[in-house]
Amino acid sequence: MTYQLICGAEIHVELKTKSKMFCGCKNDPFHAAKPNIYTCPVCLGMPGALPVPNKQAIEDCILIGLALGCKIAKVSKFDRKHYFYPDLPKGYQISQYDEPFCFEGLVKTSFGPVRITRVHMEEDTAKMHHETVDGKKVSLIDFNRSSVPLVEIVTEPDIKSPEQAKEFLKKVRDIIRTLGVADCDMEKGGMRLEANISLSRDLSAQAGGNLPNYKVEVKNINSFRFFANALTTEFARHSEILDRGEVPVQETRGYRSDTSTTVSQRVKEDAADYRYFPDPDIPPIVISNAWLTKIKSRLPELPTSKIEYLIALGVVESTAKIIVANQVMMEYLDQVKTLDPKMVSQAAKDLVNKKVDYQKLSPEEYLKTKSVSKITDKSILRPIIEKILSDNPIAVADYKAGKQNAFGFFVGAVIKATSGQADPKTVHNILTASLSI
Amino acid sequence: MLLDLSLQKLLAGYRDNSIDPVEVIREAYHNIENHSQELNTLITVRDQAETLAYLKTLNKTLPLYGLPYVLKDSYATTELRTTSASKILDDYLSLYDATVHRKLKDAGAILIAKGNQDAWGHGASTENSDYGMGKNPWDPTRVVGGSSGGPAAAVITRMCAFAIGEDTGGSIRNPAAWNNISGLRVTYGRVSRYGCISYASSMDTVGPFAKSVEDLALVLSVIAGVDKYDATTSPKPVDDYLASLATSPVKLRIGIAPEMFADRLDSEIATNTKDFADKLASLGHELVDISLPVAKMSLATYYILAPSETSSNLGRYDGIRYGGTRALFTQESMRRIMMGSYELSSGYYDAYYRKALKIRTLLLQTFQDAFSKCDVILLPENPVMPPLLGDLIGDPLANMLADLYNTPVSLVGSPSLVIPSGFHKNGLPIGVQLVGPKFSESLLLALGHQYQQNTAWHTRSPQL
Repeated sequence: MTYQLICGAEIHVELKTKSKMFCGCKNDPFHAAKPNIYTCPVCLGMPGALPVPNKQAIEDCILIGLALGCKIAKVSKFDRKHYFYPDLPKGYQISQYDEPFCFEGLVKTSFGPVRITRVHMEEDTAKMHHETVDGKKVSLIDFNRSSVPLVEIVTEPDIKSPEQAKEFLKKVRDIIRTLGVADCDMEKGGMRLEANISLSRDLSAQAGGNLPNYKVEVKNINSFRFFANALTTEFARHSEILDRGEVPVQETRGYRSDTSTTVSQRVKEDAADYRYFPDPDIPPIVISNAWLTKIKSRLPELPTSKIEYLIALGVVESTAKIIVANQVMMEYLDQVKTLDPKMVSQAAKDLVNKKVDYQKLSPEEYLKTKSVSKITDKSILRPIIEKILSDNPIAVADYKAGKQNAFGFFVGAVIKATSGQADPKTVHNILTASLSI
Repeated sequence: MLLDLSLQKLLAGYRDNSIDPVEVIREAYHNIENHSQELNTLITVRDQAETLAYLKTLNKTLPLYGLPYVLKDSYATTELRTTSASKILDDYLSLYDATVHRKLKDAGAILIAKGNQDAWGHGASTENSDYGMGKNPWDPTRVVGGSSGGPAAAVITRMCAFAIGEDTGGSIRNPAAWNNISGLRVTYGRVSRYGCISYASSMDTVGPFAKSVEDLALVLSVIAGVDKYDATTSPKPVDDYLASLATSPVKLRIGIAPEMFADRLDSEIATNTKDFADKLASLGHELVDISLPVAKMSLATYYILAPSETSSNLGRYDGIRYGGTRALFTQESMRRIMMGSYELSSGYYDAYYRKALKIRTLLLQTFQDAFSKCDVILLPENPVMPPLLGDLIGDPLANMLADLYNTPVSLVGSPSLVIPSGFHKNGLPIGVQLVGPKFSESLLLALGHQYQQNTAWHTRSPQL
């Protein structure tokens, strides 16, 4: 039986604002020297403490929404999402339910567009550590991460293949990095991915056709490759079940990177009841035109247009994509362009092939190594080449016997003898002429 | 008794050395020792020697220098444990001070005790306390009122110079009337809630109890204002409340809604409220008929919204971080948590919570219309006199009924001043409430002060 993969993504991104979402505590959970040092009554959920929203975080969330082509709400609000877990000190998470800051966006991929359902703001939970202390198994809680600003991006079920998922996720990450509002460090959990997966027999399901009557949620994915792997393994698993005439169980599964498989974590009997209601501690937030204009003015040039810009400068597309994904390389190339626009293409190639260590060599120094005029004077090069040929009679014999790679050896020797100053083309010509005698 | 004097007289006495603040504090402790245990007025009392030592460190020029006060035990304080009258927080010592407490401390006032209350604010009698049922100083067989019963009783028994209560659905107003003191529910957002253990966040307000309106004005001027720790506080500038008492208000239109004097109201209280209206008329004010058609739905609306919010606010007392487990919630709290969780559950949210929000919006319109016809609305405070201890706790619906005239005001966020207006034939005090548009505290205080300048009900205290 042929099936169509149907996948929607949920992406959580921790913002790198100075302070946390609802209090003045430092937002730096990954570099904290000790657990529970960036805490206060608010992010510990102590009796009587109240949340005050972080304006910078709201602006950053809206900026992400704008960059993903979303509409921005005129009035929005925060809601309480209730569930019990030790890492949630208030018994509820402050999130956004039915009025997110951003909605109805679109991200293009080479496999087709992925619609963005919503981009909303919430707070992160504390972090649990399950350890053995003095021989006892204990669960410890670190609140440094509690109430760190978290942006959630939810897509429509428009992802049709693992390849498209990878391209889409990379693009979203590159956009967010370009905005400079988050590091998206997947290993530390600064960017977390979830996939909602089902398979359809109706190959038109995504184009507004009927969606399948089940959905499997896969969590614990911490790389784009694992996301793609999860889609592949789930596709195979669902196909087998559907082929037997059964329907996969609606559940939450965890991705295991060691086996590239997923395992069941929790079967959802019913949709969880989070008892959402508007948080009475936070007045509704009005996004005026003036405020929105101010936020829009922060929008930098986004990766898609940057790729096109690099292609126009003569950089090949595959190279351009790699450069745009790396903020430091992109800035390096911009500096090269200001110094010598003709060198952009060459510099891009050198950067990607790691021929230049951009962390050690400044763009100026790099251009200097390139701009030294090469030795093209045959009267200088010819004696050097002839000496090398006479010093290596065995290699010459090998070449004449048909060993083509001996030619490379001679070129290398000439370059070395001239400290890299010899023009390769001239050397090539002289060598060819000399060896054909 | 020195504590019978107004706050301004005490402060003037401290300044010209005619009164020793040490004597006043000793008097407060003397009254605490004599009555608190018997009446279950206070939950935790600060050590007297510590209080007196602290007094010595204070600058005499501070605006509330040396005045001893009681906080409802719902306020986070670093000096004394904060229980909210629940054993769940029996040994909880806060790491920070509530904003209202910090402001009073900064002004030179001295916290001497934390007052009894219905646990988590759930009730109108102070019977639902894990620290003993609060008893009424006017008749210890009857309830003191609530939920801020302890702080109210502490003022009438002179255990302090003034007190801070918390009013969600009437918790300042109800015990103020039943104890014969003055109490103010402030406009929502006028005083910071930071550090006040939340009951129903959209209606919780922080306000003063005192012997007179003049004292309320002084305390309010210290505690009011915007707070960066409470996003719901208003940036509106704070009025000079004491100055506004200097000029008597002239010819105010006092609105009276006939539907607020309906069948469930005790007939003597109805007569008392009408006599109060006549007194205002004799002072030159004009009585006008108004209508509050949606107000009769307030109680139902309140008892959907408040339990919903409290079911959320109390989720953090899950037994992980604070010693006591959930089994320690009182029957009344469990009832409200269960109701609220039900009303917020999917499928019921639209039927209950959303509908209640719509009525709240209609109610705002109702009051706006009313305030286009009058300056102040006169309402009875309690529909009944304080019941015998144990009567309300076994009858949850009667307990809710005590909030009949309080909940409409709570839902719209208006300020309401409660002042003593006479006595029932059973010898217990009666109070009325004056309700104004948002941020009209100055007007309400001026009118209340004018009434108290011309009457003496508020000067009576019980024989103990």
